[in-house]
Amino acid sequence: MEKELKVAALRNGTVIDHIPADKLYKVVAILHLNTCEQQITIGNNLDSKKVGKKGIIKISERAFAEDETNKIALIAPNAKINIIRDFQVVEKRPLVLPDEIREIVQCANPNCITNHQPVTTRFFVVNDEGNRHLKCRYCEREVKLEEARII
Amino acid sequence: MSKNSLVSISDYSKDEILAILDSAADFEANPNRKSLDGKVIATLFFEPSTRTRLSFETAVIRLGGSIIGFSDAATSSSSKGETLNDTIHMVSCYADAIVMRHPLEGAARYAAEVSPVPIINAGDGANQHPSQTLLDLYSILKTQGTLENLTICLVGDLKYGRTVHSLIMAMSHFNPTFKFIAPDELRMPDEYKVFCKKHNIAYTEASELNENFNDADILYMTRVQKERFQDLMEYERVKNVYTLKNDMLAHSKQNLRILHPLPRVTEIDPDVDSNEKAYYFKQAQNGLYIRQAIVSKVLS
Repeated sequence: MEKELKVAALRNGTVIDHIPADKLYKVVAILHLNTCEQQITIGNNLDSKKVGKKGIIKISERAFAEDETNKIALIAPNAKINIIRDFQVVEKRPLVLPDEIREIVQCANPNCITNHQPVTTRFFVVNDEGNRHLKCRYCEREVKLEEARII
Repeated sequence: MSKNSLVSISDYSKDEILAILDSAADFEANPNRKSLDGKVIATLFFEPSTRTRLSFETAVIRLGGSIIGFSDAATSSSSKGETLNDTIHMVSCYADAIVMRHPLEGAARYAAEVSPVPIINAGDGANQHPSQTLLDLYSILKTQGTLENLTICLVGDLKYGRTVHSLIMAMSHFNPTFKFIAPDELRMPDEYKVFCKKHNIAYTEASELNENFNDADILYMTRVQKERFQDLMEYERVKNVYTLKNDMLAHSKQNLRILHPLPRVTEIDPDVDSNEKAYYFKQAQNGLYIRQAIVSKVLS
């Protein structure tokens, strides 16, 4: 009932639900919501049967492109994206990790050019027999997905 | 961005690698040509280098081209805080191609992205040094008559040594068997062992040099590089672990050849130099022909 109320309270916009509580503010940062001018409701540490404590973000009158929401897959792959119109969920958008991640990850190699010069970071997502890594396009170092440093 | 840049050995297919080696053999037969007449090549060395810079510059001069550039970052605008992006754009106004060595890893890939003229990576930190890899392949081909089915023993700093990492990737086209010999602190990183497994490349590991290379066709020695260590205590512990001496070669295969990217410090005793199996100085000479082939290819 609580979940339905949260979603239904939005007339038009986007709801991002089931965000692990410790990832909520990283999702805010990845989507640059700090500069968003629409109404935003953020809830955190809400009880969740699936993830223990969860976060939820509701953004009014705002639609995100798929390549924007897919960035969330990097840190919260089980988050749910619901697109709301007229109080109805019109789309449940699955999160798909993109082939390339731009901007949002910092290279862990201290000697990488991206840590010394104004260079936008770019990582390839490498799927190695089920183990996913990020490979820096520039210095070619690999880092495990779960160890990726979010900027 | 120029599509002809050479940043990493993985930029070249097996056929492209073989074509470069063929071309190098042509240049070895006839190194003095005027095929780069009127061309200007910039050599930007933000980090010290002797062999690589001199051989690139000699390659260009022997092909009739001209050289501009610097061999010390302190004499360039980067010392005033100029970004690499700006340096590359500025130099590309003057030169037809840029040969660059830079201490930061990924600098060459970035330069290739922003440069309107081809970039040749002459080493980016501990990352890639593709012209070294190609001259290594050329040296192996010349001494063994083939690149296929060889046993290659890699010795020394296998953790930080970019030449051995690139050599593994390049040799993956030719069904090699590798022996990795390194102290525990400098063992081959897991990602390259995973690479070998994925490409069905057999390898073994050992931590003693001794005569562990008696079944090898190539003994590839490397220097333990002080500049790659963040912990100098670790460097002091491992720097003299391996020294190859002439008497250790007594039971090695007749066709064995010893390679080393140079400079060497203590890892090959001078008494090895007179052994016919010592090939490292000829290997350095091969760098000239390979670099003639590379510069010609990127400007073709």
